[in-house]
Amino acid sequence: MQQIDFSLVDWSRAQFALTAMYHWIFVPLTLGLSFILAIMESIYVKTGNPEWKKITKFWMNLFGINFAIGVATGIILEFEFGTNWSNYSWFVGDIFGAPLAIEGIMAFFMESTFIAIMFFGWNKVSKKAHLTATWLTAIGSNLSGLWILVANAWMQNPVGMEFNPDTARNEMHNFLDVLFNPVAMNKFLHTITSGYLLAAIFVVGISAWFLLKKREEQFAMKSIIVASVFGILAAVYTIFSGDESARVVAKHQPMKFASMEALYDGQQNAPLVAIGFFGSPSAERPNEQEFAFKFEIPNMLSYLAFLDANAFVPGIRDLVHGNEERGIISYKEKIAKGKKAIDALAAYKIAKKAKNEQEAKDALKIFKENFEYFGYGYYFNKDPHMLLPNVKISFYAFHTMVILGGFFLVLLMYIYFLARNNKLQDKRWLLWIALWTIPLVYLAQQAGWVVAEVGRQPWVIQDLMPNIAAVSQIDTYSVQITFFLFLLVFTALLIAEIKIMLTTVRKGPEITENSTKK
Amino acid sequence: MIKILKDIFRFYYEGFKSMTLGKNLWLIIIIKLFIMFAILKLFFFPDFLKTKFKTDEERSDYVIEQLTNPK
Repeated sequence: MQQIDFSLVDWSRAQFALTAMYHWIFVPLTLGLSFILAIMESIYVKTGNPEWKKITKFWMNLFGINFAIGVATGIILEFEFGTNWSNYSWFVGDIFGAPLAIEGIMAFFMESTFIAIMFFGWNKVSKKAHLTATWLTAIGSNLSGLWILVANAWMQNPVGMEFNPDTARNEMHNFLDVLFNPVAMNKFLHTITSGYLLAAIFVVGISAWFLLKKREEQFAMKSIIVASVFGILAAVYTIFSGDESARVVAKHQPMKFASMEALYDGQQNAPLVAIGFFGSPSAERPNEQEFAFKFEIPNMLSYLAFLDANAFVPGIRDLVHGNEERGIISYKEKIAKGKKAIDALAAYKIAKKAKNEQEAKDALKIFKENFEYFGYGYYFNKDPHMLLPNVKISFYAFHTMVILGGFFLVLLMYIYFLARNNKLQDKRWLLWIALWTIPLVYLAQQAGWVVAEVGRQPWVIQDLMPNIAAVSQIDTYSVQITFFLFLLVFTALLIAEIKIMLTTVRKGPEITENSTKK
Repeated sequence: MIKILKDIFRFYYEGFKSMTLGKNLWLIIIIKLFIMFAILKLFFFPDFLKTKFKTDEERSDYVIEQLTNPK
């Protein structure tokens, strides 16, 4: 391998992050709004009240705008795999093939077919057939998400595969292990329910705008009731699945967990930092973050991670330097084992070419014994601290997500309570908060993915492949050019989305209904 | 069978024809897909291993070479 070009790695990462973050602006609204539509249309079919049809059609138009602008933005990520991350793409082998193929088929047949019926089928198919199409659109788009998240979860916790040293590819040995990977199941549920929460706040926020403008008040109140109940349920489950997620991370990605809490020294009865701000690092430890202020909840981190207030939570120093008493091996040892695996793979390849079966067999044995630390080998003769994620970003992103998640639940509960008692219209300050919570829920979504992806650095595939080994040996400037091209294209798409949405919202449901009828 | 296909065609045809907002959205989708597939994919995102090597064997040899010679 040529000299590691960190600027190439960094630009490739930046480009992937940019694309993924823009993609994730569009996706969660599709996931959640599709179900809100289905619920609203179900009420219409059950009651026969045309007001609910009007409500459904208005939100369906906003769903359509978001879907149209966001569709296929994720394909760019696949382009990047093949061009910028070719070693990784090859190494992943057929693991991604099955989930992504299923996702493609699902997306095409379920979403495309049923979305067409959903938009074009009013008055052309029966009410029940139309409603079925709306529900299937919602289920289809959510199932598409499942396969993408299964692929992502495999990177966080690679299971169900065996590495083939002849081809340098991982081969899937157990599809069910990949599908029911504990990280995958939890990630899927946490991600989709957070999408439901986003959509609920989107509907509540826009409806609040109508109330502020004293327009379409009946429409707005009905929308708020449906969205706030949906949002409260989604928020509760998002918090519940987030709690479960913390345990999964603590088990499978302890460094990410320690970074999320900036926990340097492992401890029993570890407290949870509820709120904290970093100051300047000390002179003795310039690479470590130090709190200038923090508010802690005693024992809570131990309980959160292991459901036991007395449990030991390993800190960053325990993980880097090892902790014999707790059975944690140091990064130095892991690096040595990883280097053995890399050297054994090279020896195996040479022996195979020389047709020396015994040497190949011996090398393969060493390789298999050390494969679980394969990725650490790339840090041989390097500072083990290079294996740490950015603690500051992980901590702030995690706490932003959690604090906002709690705020959303309280806000939706209060809004629902007032709406049920017909007092919401009088609370203009609350309506303004509801409206301005829309950007906050997008911020929380992005923060969640920052925790998941920054927190696992430098791993592209946990413990097996770091980003420095995954990247293609291409010119940095070509990645820089495409980074700015994407920035341009995605920003244009986002501006188009916001502009078209605002125009549609300003027109309101009456106009939308009439224009659909034309 | 032909009747079913005709009905499906008419369903989509009339659906697209009656669109108001949707026409602008389709324009955006078409422009976006053109930029993505006809410009970005074609000129900026060739598959690194597919363009550099002809066979899977060559590709795996190259990746193993890359993976086993870290600097």
